[in-house]
Amino acid sequence: MAANPMTQFEVYRIGPEIKVGAFDISFTNASLFMVVSSLAILLIFNLGSKKNSLIPNKVQLLAELSYAFISKMIGDTAGTKARPYFALIFSLFMFVLFCNMFGMIPYTFTVTSHIIVTFMLAAFIFVGVTIIGFIKHGFGYLKLFVPSGVPGILLPLIVVIEVISYLSRPISLSVRLFANMMAGHTMMKVFGGFVVSLGIVGGWLPLSFSVALTGLEILVAFLQAYVFAILTCIYLNDALNLHH
Amino acid sequence: MIKKIFFNLVFFNFLLTERTLAAESGGMPQLNPEFWVSQVFWLIISFGVLYTILSKLILPKISANLDSRKSQISDNIEAADKQRKESETKLKEYDQIISKSKIEAKNIFNEARDKALKDINSKKEVLDQQIDEEIKKAEEEIYQLRKKAPTKINKIAIETSSELIQKLIGTEINNSSISAIVDDLLKKEGEKYYGN
Repeated sequence: MAANPMTQFEVYRIGPEIKVGAFDISFTNASLFMVVSSLAILLIFNLGSKKNSLIPNKVQLLAELSYAFISKMIGDTAGTKARPYFALIFSLFMFVLFCNMFGMIPYTFTVTSHIIVTFMLAAFIFVGVTIIGFIKHGFGYLKLFVPSGVPGILLPLIVVIEVISYLSRPISLSVRLFANMMAGHTMMKVFGGFVVSLGIVGGWLPLSFSVALTGLEILVAFLQAYVFAILTCIYLNDALNLHH
Repeated sequence: MIKKIFFNLVFFNFLLTERTLAAESGGMPQLNPEFWVSQVFWLIISFGVLYTILSKLILPKISANLDSRKSQISDNIEAADKQRKESETKLKEYDQIISKSKIEAKNIFNEARDKALKDINSKKEVLDQQIDEEIKKAEEEIYQLRKKAPTKINKIAIETSSELIQKLIGTEINNSSISAIVDDLLKKEGEKYYGN
């Protein structure tokens, strides 16, 4: 049993080494949990949409409630214009949620605790939203950086701040998710280590903390997926309905 | 407060392990670029497949299911509404029929009563007339009888007296003399018996 709480984040190869040119694209434990999460989502939602009974069964109810939940979230934050991006936001939310939740199972790997994964997702969202904004509004999209009703003297400063805040979106989005997942899992590992090191006498306190932390982490796993999805919606709203 | 202690502990532990295992693992595995390309590649593959299948196959089905349920429910509600309205109109019709028939029944009853009363009255009138006639006839008869009575009695008196005299005395007496006596008696006493 490794004492280092960071060893749980180590990526290692499963199976043979696959190389395309100079790039190593071997199947790793991270890849495994990405695939497992995707397959779990597909399995559950396939089961949930297969039969259309008037009174839904449990899986169907789960699928339909998730659908209604995401649909309402998009409608509340980005309006009806965001309707075509429903599938994307739904997939994003479910992928992040399932990766987070699979990470809560002992001895599993948390895909979203790696900055490269969350950054790729965030960068994809950032680039996509920016492209949508320019397609919808042309160069008028740059008005996003010029808030209305700002006195002329402050304007240069405000524009610089707005540009920086816009450019830092992918960083804040990715680091938020990555840091939450990593900190939570590290903390759980540390308290687990305390239980072992303090033994049968003093281990009960960290054990109870561990139990409480597990509940907290499950909440965080859901909440971070929700935050990730809702921030995507808000960015999309900026691109679709340009009123600042 | 507790949270702060947690974070301090974590941070302390992190630093500690960092120092002791620095040579072994090289700090945060997240910052080791060895498998970055692999992670990005598999992320694109798995998320791409997930997005494609969800958006092309599964989500439209769920949406259709929800829509069909919604329409079914609204259809049912509509049908229920329609039937409710229908039953309301039926109830109204029924009420109208009931009130109408009540009025009709009253009318029929009244008519029948009037007719019966009229019948009774007319019959009574006829009967009264008949009775009156009968009474008149009877009165007439009585009057006639009464009128005839003194002469008849005279005759009987004369006959009986002549027979009595014949039996008593054994001689026949002229009827005319007896009748004269009877007439005389009648004139004297008749007022007493046949006075009108």
